[in-house]
Amino acid sequence: MADETLDAKGMNCPLPILKAKKALKGLGDGQTLEVLATDPGSVADFQAFCRTTGNELVEHSVDGDVYRFLLKRVA
Amino acid sequence: MTTSVEETIGNAKKMTIICTKGSLDWAYPPFILGTTAAAMDVDVTMFFTFYGLELLKEKLNLQVTPLGNPAMAMPMGGMHMSMPNIVGMIPGVSAGATVMMKNLIKKKGVASIEELREAAVLSDVRMIACQMTLDLFELDKKDMIDDVEIGGAATWMESALQSDINLFM
Repeated sequence: MADETLDAKGMNCPLPILKAKKALKGLGDGQTLEVLATDPGSVADFQAFCRTTGNELVEHSVDGDVYRFLLKRVA
Repeated sequence: MTTSVEETIGNAKKMTIICTKGSLDWAYPPFILGTTAAAMDVDVTMFFTFYGLELLKEKLNLQVTPLGNPAMAMPMGGMHMSMPNIVGMIPGVSAGATVMMKNLIKKKGVASIEELREAAVLSDVRMIACQMTLDLFELDKKDMIDDVEIGGAATWMESALQSDINLFM
């Protein structure tokens, strides 16, 4: 589904964002990155990250303790 | 998968952080904000002066002390333990507090300072060591990580004047 998946479970701020940025750099324009995280702060952080960088937060959801974000590389 | 060499320039904002503290706890705010800002396409300059120079040493040995810090209460067995200064003064207590904090950092999935500093280097954060404090404390650039440049107040001023955010920590 997503072009790449980043497992950031167990990582705390700011690691999920730093790893996601690194993973996005490896993708081409329009490709997608799925991020799995357990840090509750990542919900607000991924939204702010996408608003600021111009990458698209296609969707985000929660399944138990795991937050899932689908990012599309735009910039 | 493509290898992208181009820098994302969605947002050409700039930030500087003056880092003046060299303890384990105070090492976090500048490196967390510096690396996160870089990840959000901000052009970041970190200026290390006085005890902040400790954060640039090749081999880090950062410590934390409960002495003179009444707000430092470590979680222990479901409670929080703070330490009266007189206990904090006992030899070995600071070393013990440092071990405790490093264990917590690992357990909670918090990045180590080494890891954050490496991320800063990889995301082209500019790191400047203060020449005056290097002289004052007789520190050698050779003991610092390679990616450090040397500068002074005017070097920081130049960056600060062009920046949207300037922080002192």
